[in-house]
Amino acid sequence: MSSLEQTADGDAILAIRNLNFYYGDFRGLIDVSMDVAKNRVTAFIGPSGCGKSTLLRTFNRMYDLYPGQRAEGEINFHGKNLLDKKQDVNLVRAKIGMVFQKPTPFPMTIYENIAFGVRLYERLAKSEMDDRVEWALRKAAMWQEAKDKLQQSGLSLSGGQQQRLCIARTIAVKPEIVLLDEPTSALDPISTAKIEELIDELKLDYTIAIVTHNMQQAARISDFTAFMYLGELVEFGKTDSLFVKPQKKQTEDYITGRFG
Amino acid sequence: MSLYSRRIWTNRVGIALSMVAMAFGLFALLWILWTLFYNGFAALSWEFFTEDTPAPGSEGGGLRNAIVGSLMIIAVTTLVSTPIGILAGIYLAEFGTTSKFAAMTRFVTDIMLSAPSIVIGLFVYALMVATLGGFSGWAGSVALALIAIPVVVRTTENMLLLVPTALREAAFAVGAPRWQVSLKVTLRAVKAGVVTGILLAIARVTGETAPLLFTALNNQFYSTDMSQPMGNLPVVIFQFAMSPYDNWVSLAWGGALLIALLVLGINIFARVLFRKKSSD
Amino acid sequence: MSDAARPVDLHASQVRKFKIQDMLFHQVTLVFAFIVLAALVGILISLAVEALPVFRETGPAFLWTNVWNVPEDQYGALSAIYGTVVTSIIALVIAVPVSFGIALFLTETCPVWLRRPLGTAIELLAGVPSIIYGIWGLFVFAPLFAEHVQPHLQALLGDVPVIGGWFAGPPIGIGILTAGIVLSLMVIPFVASVMRDVFETVPPPLKESAYGVGCTTWEVVTNVVLPYTRVGVIGGIMLGLGRALGETMAVTFVIGNANRIVGSLYAPGTSIASTLANEFGEADPGLHISALFALGLVLFIITFIVLAISRWLIRRGVAKQGK
Repeated sequence: MSSLEQTADGDAILAIRNLNFYYGDFRGLIDVSMDVAKNRVTAFIGPSGCGKSTLLRTFNRMYDLYPGQRAEGEINFHGKNLLDKKQDVNLVRAKIGMVFQKPTPFPMTIYENIAFGVRLYERLAKSEMDDRVEWALRKAAMWQEAKDKLQQSGLSLSGGQQQRLCIARTIAVKPEIVLLDEPTSALDPISTAKIEELIDELKLDYTIAIVTHNMQQAARISDFTAFMYLGELVEFGKTDSLFVKPQKKQTEDYITGRFG
Repeated sequence: MSLYSRRIWTNRVGIALSMVAMAFGLFALLWILWTLFYNGFAALSWEFFTEDTPAPGSEGGGLRNAIVGSLMIIAVTTLVSTPIGILAGIYLAEFGTTSKFAAMTRFVTDIMLSAPSIVIGLFVYALMVATLGGFSGWAGSVALALIAIPVVVRTTENMLLLVPTALREAAFAVGAPRWQVSLKVTLRAVKAGVVTGILLAIARVTGETAPLLFTALNNQFYSTDMSQPMGNLPVVIFQFAMSPYDNWVSLAWGGALLIALLVLGINIFARVLFRKKSSD
Repeated sequence: MSDAARPVDLHASQVRKFKIQDMLFHQVTLVFAFIVLAALVGILISLAVEALPVFRETGPAFLWTNVWNVPEDQYGALSAIYGTVVTSIIALVIAVPVSFGIALFLTETCPVWLRRPLGTAIELLAGVPSIIYGIWGLFVFAPLFAEHVQPHLQALLGDVPVIGGWFAGPPIGIGILTAGIVLSLMVIPFVASVMRDVFETVPPPLKESAYGVGCTTWEVVTNVVLPYTRVGVIGGIMLGLGRALGETMAVTFVIGNANRIVGSLYAPGTSIASTLANEFGEADPGLHISALFALGLVLFIITFIVLAISRWLIRRGVAKQGK
């Protein structure tokens, strides 16, 4: 167990200990323990149904929306257990943002898409809000494309632009961690490349956890990689070493394409 | 050969009968619409809209008081039933996935969708007319609202359930509280569908006669006082069509045409709106 | 740029505010949902309370007594129940086969480009207010029916034992039979729409495999589609029945409004809804109005049961496709 908790350089921003997850009676995660390093990109890979998305969704307690789903164990964030019943979920989600597989622009203007989340926890004057929207769009490499149509519906953008708008919306709230759940799987290769570039820049300011089914992507963009299988964390380590010299047979089989 | 040809003939007869049934349905629709237009247009005139309902035996007259009364009653109905229907629909979609209470409410709403409207008139009579001292436009609006609300509730709930889970989760993911997720994101995403539901509810109550008979009653004179008995198209049509006066019967046809045009117009508009918005 | 990225201060007060707002939101929407539920319970209670005097007077015999005498203050519901049930049966006898034919046509034989417009036409027909059917029935259908159809029917079937009596009496156009026919026209769109919807739940591979062994369209429909959708189809019929039982305007114009039971379908009769529509406005407080409330209660309970069964069946019929 302890060999899986390696974190190497940097501090751990999330310390996950003995995490179990249940869909009703089905156990979706089994005794997962690991650290997510601050200002690094951590990738979660594994065949579909292995629990990688489930794990990501425990970080912002998204499962709370569904009765019958529950998590046990610890996810320590700034010394507090996120899974604690007393922990306010809205606050957790404001600090740990999430971007989804399919772009999910809100049914409002591009400007409002970004301002919506900011307004929840901050009172900003109009000019400050304008600045924040511009800042977020610049961060997401969207400003050039969006600056002339801020008052247009977010739905009018192309798929790749919508996804970058969603990233802008997430970082506008100034979270500490950004969770990306297969953010490029619905996009074309050019949009995918743009988002990957973006992730590389964002890690200067944010901690990034990304679920991907694309192993090349994980290899390209992540610092750490976690391989999961059947709800268990099989292997976790620096991306370079995990892909070059996997410690476990299952990991090797998966990354060499023998199953999954 | 004989077995095969018997099968082929059975099939032909069956298909032919289904076509006859379709033709019968369309024929009935066209026949009803044709007589409605034929008799209704003959009744339309300037006076039809500017004069009030005539006294028994007097000549001419129009339906001004009934048209205004109907519009006011329906406007109040819409204002009452829209918020109630939408909020109840939100409850069912947002909090009602597992609760017994929600399942029961859903069941009752489904029943109320097809419940006899005249019974709702009786209920509102007992509730408001008998206790508050008389027939009134308000009572008419309440009766119609009880018919409109289930329509709004069910369409709102069904529309909200169509919202992709990812959109809902995305709204939660920026840290929004549930009420903002509901009202500012998911409800807004299905605005067109909910508006369609409201329009269909208005169309439904526009032609309802039975619940108004013992609530709004009727008023021969022009009145905009909702606390008094109020003229309205359906009840005027009912009374005038059954009367022995030719000008009354003619006015009834005109009123029926007006109502039918209104209802069909709203129905078609709602469909177009929904189709356009949902294909965006 | 990166200096702007430092985490913002998230006020605890905001979090508390959201908690309270969400609780309020939950409670407020709950109250509105409760209003809907309360309306139904309110209807049942108010009708029962108002109907109490007449039941105290006559006991349950109210339901099967054939008397409706306002001057003498004697009331029984039988003639109204009879008219309600008989007109609804006539309506279904006509509407069920026609609706089935329409649904069959729309799902199996209709060219694809025509499906949508024809389906929409049927749905629009369902939206036509019932008072339009009533006024059309009174002024257009009843006179034609009296002149061109009723005498011939009488000549054709009048001497047949048992059913001959149904067509006895003067062909005046207004009566139980006419009310049933007008009612059927009103019910057809509802039943046809539900049938079409449940027919569309049949998985294509099921139909295709039947066609694959050489079945004709008719055989596919009777041997595959109908058995598969049986539950939903019956649900649709029950929905039509619920509508027919409670319909006021399409019936009141043409039923003749006579509080009696005559064997002939040509004779005027009454239904619960049309009795209410005709008498309630002028009823004196006392036993008369109580008897009318009692009729309303009977109607509401009957339709409630029919609609509840219909809903249950339609749900089951549609849920089956998920298996």
